[in-house]
Amino acid sequence: MRWINRRPGPVARVGLAALPFLLVFMAYSAGSAARLAENPQDRILPAPSTLASTAWRLLTEPDRRSGDILFWGDTASSLTLLGLGVGIAALIGLGFGLAIGLIPLVRTTLQGFVSVISMIPPLAILPILFITLGVGDTAKVALIAIGITPFLIRDLTARTLELPQEQIVKAQTLGASSLSIAVSVALPQIMPRLISAVRLSLGPAWLFLIAAEAVASDSGLGYRIFLVRRFLAMDVILNYVIWITLLAFLIDGTLARLSRWLYPWAEVRG
Amino acid sequence: MSFVSVENIFQTYGKRPILERVSLEADEGEFVSIVGASGCGKSTFLRLLLDQERPTRGEIIVDDLPLTGEPSQSRGIVFQRYSVFPHLTVRDNIVAAEALSRPLGRLFGSAKRAARDRAADALDRIGLAHVADAYPSALSGGMQQRLAIAQALAAKPRILLLDEPFGALDPGTREQMHGFLQDLRAETAMTVFMVTHDLQEAFKLGDRVIVFDKTRWDPHDPAAYGATITYDFDARNGGIPYQLEEDHHVLDAEPAQPVASPR
Repeated sequence: MRWINRRPGPVARVGLAALPFLLVFMAYSAGSAARLAENPQDRILPAPSTLASTAWRLLTEPDRRSGDILFWGDTASSLTLLGLGVGIAALIGLGFGLAIGLIPLVRTTLQGFVSVISMIPPLAILPILFITLGVGDTAKVALIAIGITPFLIRDLTARTLELPQEQIVKAQTLGASSLSIAVSVALPQIMPRLISAVRLSLGPAWLFLIAAEAVASDSGLGYRIFLVRRFLAMDVILNYVIWITLLAFLIDGTLARLSRWLYPWAEVRG
Repeated sequence: MSFVSVENIFQTYGKRPILERVSLEADEGEFVSIVGASGCGKSTFLRLLLDQERPTRGEIIVDDLPLTGEPSQSRGIVFQRYSVFPHLTVRDNIVAAEALSRPLGRLFGSAKRAARDRAADALDRIGLAHVADAYPSALSGGMQQRLAIAQALAAKPRILLLDEPFGALDPGTREQMHGFLQDLRAETAMTVFMVTHDLQEAFKLGDRVIVFDKTRWDPHDPAAYGATITYDFDARNGGIPYQLEEDHHVLDAEPAQPVASPR
């Protein structure tokens, strides 16, 4: 049988999906064990058991100075900034995407501008944001929003333009105004596309968040990672990285479910 | 003056003429079938009637109103595909025919309930009541087109334009749709223009069959001239055109015959 026609059975499916995770874990354990055998004080690859005990300490022990559990404080702080940045970008992207996609006058005015703006590397303007908005949370939210808004605008513009012209004409023959076409024909149809565009831009959003937190902050997941780097606290860094990955994975899955639940019609058409 | 009056229109895209010297008069309540080879401007003509674009020269007057350059509620349209809204249920697609003319495209409160009741009646009539809560993607092609026609009619247009409405359907379903359309027409006595590739369908449904073709033809530059109306058949009385003196039915003849071009 050809390889392209071989499909795993139900058991093999679970096993194969778990295999890469298992291999990485085993490779890490082996590397860690080898280094620790040579030097028990090694901090670069802490043993899995050390990682687990550090995780427990992070989750349960309050900070000696403030009395708070820093891990949850960092998580809340990062998620708030991420949510604000992505939310603002989604609103702007939706508004501009619809306007550029539907209204030729707006399209002529803004399409070229947006494609130039989207070429600005967001991290290059981080200093500008810190200078103008201060080193507080505003600058970080602004960086996330500025970083992903151009992509969202361009993607949603393309999705709006993809709506069959027939539908727009049909809506007009039913007496629809520009506003009611935007609100009742185009908007509901690009909402699922907004969700998938936001899912795609979550990666860059995390990147901008962590970069901004690394430069100037007093809490947050990225801040903590860059803080403990000074003490070579790999056990803390790895735990935070795993936690960030898990969070991103959960947010992505939640958005996918939300889209399927809110817009069941979008799935069938593919 | 006739209900629809097309006066010597020309339509040119860039330097390419599509239609030239097209004139047509149609009375209220007439069913006009439009046939012709691919790329001979049938759909362009329908877009002009729809008021989706304006002719380069000439004028189209419907019901004593000149065209404005954008589609409006006076004309209903059904395309071959994409005529219904995929994000609305079958019932809401009918409701949309009333709702979209509101400022936000939505109805609220008692107006919404009344529209939903009327939509339920409409769905009963067209036999789609059992799928009222389904999305169009779950419907067969014939059901989607029935829904599209009902949706267009719910807005009570003066003219119904059909752009190859049954082109994507299988022969059996197409036959059913013909019956459905004839029943609707008997009820509403509405003016209909239908573009089709199927001659038999054109003669079966239409009161008139008009043929678009190019009267001038440059073999070195096929796009040099536009098309115009070359034949205008009376298709009443079961599609037996009295203009043809030959002693046979057009329906029995080779389908290509009535469009045989003078080139």
